Formats: sequence, structure tokens, C-alpha cells
Amino acid sequence: MQPLNLRAVPLDELLLRRRALRRQLVARTELRDIRIAVLGGTTTNELVDLLEIFLLDGGFRPVFYQSEYGRFYEDAVLEPEVIAEFKPDIVYIHTCVVNIQRLLPVSCKEADFTFAVQAEMNRYRAIWTSLNESVKCQIIQNNFELPFNAILGNLDPVSPGGISRFVNELNREFAIEAAANPRLTLQDLASISARIGLNQWFDPERWFSYKIANTVQGSVAIASSLAALIGAMYGRSRKVLVLDLDNTLWGGVIGDDGPDKILLGRETPISEAYTAFQEYCLSLRERGVLLAVCSKNEEDVAKQGFAHPDSVLKLEHISAFRANWAPKHENILAIAKELNLGVDSFVFVDDNPAERAIVEAQLPEVAVPNVGNEVTKYASIIESARYFELLSLGKEDLSRAKLYQENAQRANLEQKFADYGEYLDSLEMTAEIRVFNDTYVERIAQLTNKSNQFNLTTRRYTLAEIEALVHDRSYIGVYGRLTDRFGDNGLVSVVLGRLDGHLLHFDLWLMSCRVLKREMEIAMLDSIVERAKERHIQALAGYFLPTTKNGMVADHYEKLGFSLQSKDKATGATIWSLDITNYAARSRHIRIPEPVHG
Amino acid sequence: MDNLLPEVQEVFRDVFDQPDLVITRESNASTVDDWDSLTHVNLVTALSIKYKIRFALGELEELKNVGDMLDLMRTKLGAK
Repeated sequence: MQPLNLRAVPLDELLLRRRALRRQLVARTELRDIRIAVLGGTTTNELVDLLEIFLLDGGFRPVFYQSEYGRFYEDAVLEPEVIAEFKPDIVYIHTCVVNIQRLLPVSCKEADFTFAVQAEMNRYRAIWTSLNESVKCQIIQNNFELPFNAILGNLDPVSPGGISRFVNELNREFAIEAAANPRLTLQDLASISARIGLNQWFDPERWFSYKIANTVQGSVAIASSLAALIGAMYGRSRKVLVLDLDNTLWGGVIGDDGPDKILLGRETPISEAYTAFQEYCLSLRERGVLLAVCSKNEEDVAKQGFAHPDSVLKLEHISAFRANWAPKHENILAIAKELNLGVDSFVFVDDNPAERAIVEAQLPEVAVPNVGNEVTKYASIIESARYFELLSLGKEDLSRAKLYQENAQRANLEQKFADYGEYLDSLEMTAEIRVFNDTYVERIAQLTNKSNQFNLTTRRYTLAEIEALVHDRSYIGVYGRLTDRFGDNGLVSVVLGRLDGHLLHFDLWLMSCRVLKREMEIAMLDSIVERAKERHIQALAGYFLPTTKNGMVADHYEKLGFSLQSKDKATGATIWSLDITNYAARSRHIRIPEPVHG
Repeated sequence: MDNLLPEVQEVFRDVFDQPDLVITRESNASTVDDWDSLTHVNLVTALSIKYKIRFALGELEELKNVGDMLDLMRTKLGAK
């Protein structure tokens, strides 16, 4: 059974059928187990019930621990071992404006205000530090919504005695902490509540009766946002926006109206609206989302639209372009192949409900929001589903679109060489292959969580686990960065070997698909063998654990010259081995400068 | 209007996920499996959303059984 797109289910149905939906969703296979401890300043059961179905819908099978209402501080600071025992992957601290311990009189002074903010911050810092030390997992902390009553009115965010000012200042401090601490992820409750509206957010009756601070609409919004955030932590965010052209990216039909007559620019309200949507798409591209075109058109006619003087989007912004008369789901598959990404990372936007329906039916993994046919609504409908949620704006994200562009250039270059080796040499590749270190732990953990295709064992590691491996002498963990004449591909490969006498077991071997067929795996093998020999290793043991996505590496160890030791008939898992006592370095096309250290 | 009992029974069946659950005017938390303080919140929230009514503070505490709740709901629905 496929995801249900719960964000489109009406509220009353969601509430009435929650248990039935849960039953349907639990029956799905390929759910990822995840353990979440929820420490609440309010009663969190309703929120957790809703979060559960959103996570199930997102491909997770969650198990929860919940603190008693209001015991978030005590649980985190005084009894963290109870939470540690639960072994959570994530601790979510859900506190609201009602939990702020602040007793400042309206008449207080600036100094009192500063002191009170720091006192409150110290309480939260103590929570985060304690969890960091004792539980060692990712922490999600929400910031605060504005108060129900702002008794100073417009002066409330100005005066040191205003609760609004206090909340704003705390939120600012929370943001600074989250930016500095990769283990601490912020959930923007201030914005979630504002979108609903504070009058629809607070429900004093539920607070006095059940100690739930917000309406059920509020709980749904919190759960939906949290599920998207958790999905992002596990690399489930979408990466590609596939766009139709006529009446989606511009007004009118370019084949009928002609390239001069399509509606774009600043002349009419309709033109302005299409231009604004193009600007929205371009801003997504700038933060790392790839744009692709899938349109029923003649290709040369379709491309003329991007030459329109008012077209904000240019052809160079489009990473894959398919304009023809084939069914759209076939074109989307072709785009996926070209970009080397799964369709489960695609969002498809088309004003035509028939096209949306066929893509939805043929490719259920593709997200197909019902954007309707009003261009003014497209962006907000796409935004509300939180498809492209991200945890940090790394250089990786900002330059990803450019990287894929460079890949396309490489593909063009490739065709001119008869000999593949000659092509590889022409790329002038240099690799930096080193043992795990603190600089890259975050990226390494991220890669273990988002690589699905070139991944031999698909084992996921948290940041804390990778950090622990940096200093663990019983492992050899190596990462590889690859640069070529077109640019820096970044950190693209991770291999983790576990020492066992004279044997090294590969718990993990993964690589980003953007450097497929570059012989990077050979360079990685050379490098790991060199380090293994220093530790008196005589043989390597490789493992392939099949999933629905990693078929491409079934013969990985065979290609590297390993011999098959055994095959599990039921699962298809294979075990491989390679004697390295007489191993000679094999890498021919990648230069590996000697590291200064390690 | 007097389809309220069977309608509310449907809500109970959905919320408690018990498709064969039978509710009478005499039903209360002790006669319905799984009707505890947590599912009570779900039930009240579901009824409020479905019928677009609000239960004021303290109103629900005075109810002895489903019959009392139906009467209270009828008052609220009639007043709309």
C-alpha cells in the first residue's frame, strides 16, 4: 500500500479515522524503525498520536516514550538515564509559551529583563547539555508561539515587561544555539502558530481541562511539521521539482499562442503572477532543489519560452528537460535516470488534473500536490506540504544544483572519447582520502542516512555514533572527497571497517551516485588496504545486504576482485573476501596526494 | 435530529476503532473498553469538530452517561 498523503485529508476525517488509518499504514512494508522520546511541557498524547500516523505515512515505524505532563526539565536534567535507557534516536522537547517560568512585573527594568531571559536560557541549556551528555542523540526543540494575551498591546514587544518581547528574545537565543549546535534542531513553532493564527491556536478550555495548550488544528500542524523535519534528518526530503510549462510556468499555450504571446513579465496581473512563481522556483533551485521540465510540447518550441525576455528561469537553471508527446510518467522516469535520483525524491507540478492523475497512478512515489489551476496558489500549496525540508544550509546544498549541472557537462564530454580510461584521465581527478575526523562527522553521518543506491549494507548512523567512531581504535573509518576539472564533488564516499584479529569487516561501504563510474571505489580500496596493512590485517570481508534500491552494487565486491564466500538463499545477502597480503595499489585515474596527517 | 444516537455511535466506533461497538444512553466510561482520560480527549475533540459545537468548561464533568451527553449536544445543536 502506498502513502496516503495525510496532509490532504480533512481534519474531521483525520481525527475520526486516526486508528483505522494507523492500522492501514502499519501494514506497509519497508518502514524504518525510529525511537522518539517526547518531553512535554503540556500533555503530548494527542500530538504523539497524530505524529505517529504522519511518520507512518512518511515511511517510519515510530516507538515513543513520553514524559509526564510538565516534567520535561526534570526528566532531561535529573533523570536522563531513564531516557537513555529507552535508546531514542531523537528527543523532542515540546514546550509552549505557558511553560515559560517568568514572573517579571510589567514595570520591570531592562536589567531585570536580561537577567530573566538568561535564567530561562540556562534552564534550556541545562536540558540540552544533559541530553547531549547522557543520551547522545539528536534533539529537536521547538521555539515559542506569541502569548495568548499581550496585555501591553503594541508596547508588548517593546517594553522589558512585555511577554511578547520575552518570547521574541528567547526565540532569538534559541536560534543562535541551534545554529551553533548541529545536535540541536529547531522547530519553528512561532511560525507554525502564526500561520494558523493565535486565535485559532490557543484553546483555554483544553488547557484547563487536559493541559493541552493548543487546538487540535494546532496539534495537526505541529505533527505534520515535525514529521517533515524528522524525514529530513533521515534523508527523506525531496530533491527535484518537475514542472509542466503551459499554464504552469507561464500563462497560455506556447505551441498555439507563440513564444511572444505567453504571459510573463510585469505588464498584467496574470503575467506578474507567473513571473512570481518562476521566481519561487528559482529560489528553490538556489537552495539546492533541482528543477526539471516535463511538458507535452515540441522541444524546440518549448525551449523558446525560456528565451522570452521576461522569463526569470533560463534553460541553464533546468537540470533535465523533457518536452515531447510521450506520457508524462515515462518522461519522469527518464528524468530520474538522467539525474541518477529515485522518483521518490520528485515533486510534480502541473495545472492539468489529468496529467497529475496519471503520474500519481503510475508513479505513486512521486509527490503530486493538487495545485489546482490558479498560479497564485501554486507556491503556497507546494510550501504547505514541506517537501524540501532541510536541516542546515550546507555548502553542499547551495552548490548541489551546480554540481549536477557539471555532471551534465561531463556526460557531454564523455561521448568524445573512444577509450573510457582516456576520458577518466581527462577529468584530472584528485581524491582526498582520510580517516574520519571531526571536521566531516556531520557530512559522514548525513551520507550514511541518505545514500540508498550505492550502499552495500544500508546501515544508518547518527552523528553521535560517527563521532564515537573517530576515536575508536577497533575501527578504520575512511572518507573520500573527489575533485575534478569541473569542480569539487565534495565528500562522496565512506567506508567503515571493523577490526577482528587479522580480518577487517566492512560494516559500511557507500558512495554518492554523482561519482559513479569514476573508479573512486578503487581509490577507496587502495587507501583502506594501506591502512589495514599498518594494522596487520591480512584479509578483507565484504558484505552485500540487498534492499529494493541497492541492486547496482550487487557485484561491487566481485568487480573489486573479492571472491564469494557465501550467499543467503532467503535474503540474497552475500559475503565476500579478499586476501591483501600481496595487494598492489590499483588506482590509475585518480591522483591521491599523500596526506600530511593521517 | 433523533438519529443522534446512531450517529454518535459511529463516532465512538471510529474513535475507539471498534466497528461493532454498541452504544446506549446508559453507556459510560466503565462500560466501554478503552474509554480512559486520553481517549476521552479524542472523543470530545472529534465530536466538537464533527458537529461544530463547543463544550464549555465543566459541562462535561457533570455528565453521567452517553444519554446526558446526547441531551447536552441536542441543546447545543438546537441553539444553532
